[in-house]
Amino acid sequence: MDIFLQQLINGLTLGSVYAVVALGYTMVYGIIQLINFAHGEVVMIGGMVALWTIGALAGSAGLPPTVVVLAGVASAVPVCMLLGWSIERAAYRPLRGAPRLAPLITAIGISIILQNVALMIFSRNPLPFPQILPNPVFEVAGATISLVQIIIIATCLLLMGGLTLLVYRTRLGMAMRATSENPAVAGLMGIPIDRVISTTFVIGAGLGAVAGVLNGLYYGIVHYTFGAMLGLKAFCAAVLGGIGNMAGAMLGGILLGVVEALGTGYIGEMTDLCHVGFLSTALAERCARDGHVVLFGSNYQDVFAFLVLIVVLVFRPSGLLGERVSDRA
Amino acid sequence: MARFSNSPHPIAAASAIVALFLAACGQQEQTPPPAAAPAAAPAAITVKLGHSAPLTGGIAHLGKDNESGVSLAVDEANSKGITIGGKPVKFELMSEDDEGNPNKGPLIAQKFADAKVAGVIGHLNSGVAIPASPVYNTAGIPVITGSATNPKLTEQGFAVTFRTVGRDDQQGPAIASYLLSETKPKLVAIIDDATAYGEGLANEVEKSLKAAGVKVLPREKGTDKTIDWKGVLTKIKGKAPDAVFYGGMDSGAGPLMKQARELGIKARFAFGDGACSDKMQELAGAAAEGLLCSQAGIPVQASSAAFLDAYRKKFNADPVIYAPFTYDAANMIIAAMKKADSTDPAVFLPALKALQYDGASGHIEFDEKGDRKDAEMTIFTMNAGKIEPVAVIKGGKTIPVAEFAAGAKPAEAPAAAPAPAAEAPKAEEKK
Repeated sequence: MDIFLQQLINGLTLGSVYAVVALGYTMVYGIIQLINFAHGEVVMIGGMVALWTIGALAGSAGLPPTVVVLAGVASAVPVCMLLGWSIERAAYRPLRGAPRLAPLITAIGISIILQNVALMIFSRNPLPFPQILPNPVFEVAGATISLVQIIIIATCLLLMGGLTLLVYRTRLGMAMRATSENPAVAGLMGIPIDRVISTTFVIGAGLGAVAGVLNGLYYGIVHYTFGAMLGLKAFCAAVLGGIGNMAGAMLGGILLGVVEALGTGYIGEMTDLCHVGFLSTALAERCARDGHVVLFGSNYQDVFAFLVLIVVLVFRPSGLLGERVSDRA
Repeated sequence: MARFSNSPHPIAAASAIVALFLAACGQQEQTPPPAAAPAAAPAAITVKLGHSAPLTGGIAHLGKDNESGVSLAVDEANSKGITIGGKPVKFELMSEDDEGNPNKGPLIAQKFADAKVAGVIGHLNSGVAIPASPVYNTAGIPVITGSATNPKLTEQGFAVTFRTVGRDDQQGPAIASYLLSETKPKLVAIIDDATAYGEGLANEVEKSLKAAGVKVLPREKGTDKTIDWKGVLTKIKGKAPDAVFYGGMDSGAGPLMKQARELGIKARFAFGDGACSDKMQELAGAAAEGLLCSQAGIPVQASSAAFLDAYRKKFNADPVIYAPFTYDAANMIIAAMKKADSTDPAVFLPALKALQYDGASGHIEFDEKGDRKDAEMTIFTMNAGKIEPVAVIKGGKTIPVAEFAAGAKPAEAPAAAPAPAAEAPKAEEKK
């Protein structure tokens, strides 16, 4: 049971990061029906910028580690916001009226450009992310949870809550929902839709920056390619929950993280052919000798995200919450 | 196209594009440079040496290190002005990025063959070197790897394949035997990164441990890009092993060890040469303390002083792991050319096979398969943030490192003593 609980904690940590990144995908999709493939790269750049700031500050002065990390976040967020704004301005806005495929291709182009720029700036090495936060580990019913994990889960919950308030309780949020509902009508009603769309990108990128920093804090390593896989998984999470739907992205992210962790932990035992060893004598012999004949090992970890995605899309093509909630944003 | 953009589900279109993009990515290839005719000018001939390693991606720092070793050897040979067959020879390094991608191995090998290189140093990864080796064999190009340790590479019966580094089936037993004598584990968990290198090494360790009667948990696997090990580690924690061995590179091993300590796993951690550098301390922080790891050959710090000086002078950095081995590999090709007095691979290949060479990594001689004879293995531990050699394993015997440095030094002393590295190949050629 403590093992199960531990996997659940691992999954929640993973999932809450997915959820925050997925929000970036889903907000943009909700408002202009575009899959912003460059979002994963924005997350990566957020991590890298924070690494720089934290690395520069950690060595000098007697600043408390919490302040240093906050400074890292404070530097990453504006940089990513600016980046998100520029991406929208340069790559998507000129293609606003174009067929859907065109902005999708520029999105992939931007993603490749950002990755290569990051390669040039931050080097091709996996960079150690300074581990300056004290990281005591707490025991809960036989499982462990570290302070960094608690910070990650708490921050992600806060961000999700804050974003929900923003979208449903403010004028800006109302404008975003209106634009997503029908941009032409929203424009006629006096909503500056270009500015609303830009703001959506900026908010998504800001969330991504925070996710990038959390990712660095958690794993202690950043690399110029880490955004791609994280982005792809978060995109899956967004689709899983119903892309365009905010609650869906959060649910999808957390669900995906938990499924991935549990899958990694249990797939070996689930696909151990020795459970059905009685079917063939050759198999029974191998089981008696080795104890296990595992069909799929834990290296299939990354496959889970995509497997779950396929299964859900087969039965619910618009995602888990895709239909029930009609207003996107 | 029009149909595409009207596709009812944009995601379908998106994934199709992603698939296209990924597919296109795998086969980017630059046009090969025009093959310079090597024997055109009677005054000076240009001899190309190929080098291939991942220069981008997760282990690019190791690839760069390998490349530096080769480029140092080439520079030194050029500054000395070697004459072969009566003509002055200029060596030219042709360095390729194989991305650690097995599919690119044969492509790059063919590129080298088309460019008529005289010899190749590489590839860094076993997984790339193995599929590339038949191409070199067909083209008759000698290829020496300074870092691919999977036994299969030299078991294919190719006359052109050599390595200056030890094999996993020497390295695996070495780390296993040290682990056995040091930790005396009853239950060991083994994890690998599902690459030819990681899995091969893990298999060798498992074989040795089982032979010694130690129980081994069912193998856990990640990939060479995995940084989230919590799922695997949580599962392992439930079984409470005394030791954990991971076959893979440092970019996976660092997070693995850090997360293990966070989960409260107290087991002794052991790694192969891919995760045997000071970088482990940066990646895993204090959690890296006490790890054990093995390196094929002798510790970098114990490579010849002449090599270390020249390397530091040229690159303003310390070699990481394999540079002494790729440096030796390049020098051996050059030495074999001089000995056979020819830059034609068909002519100098027998000389290379029979060469006895004292290089930066000690004495090198090839056996009939092309493996290095009597390769030493060194065991390191992480102590106060630095990896320190603790023992050298040679011919199944564990020798504490102080004893080895005192007793077995002659193996490399002649290399360092009589001549500075710049003249190393000339002076070191024996027989």
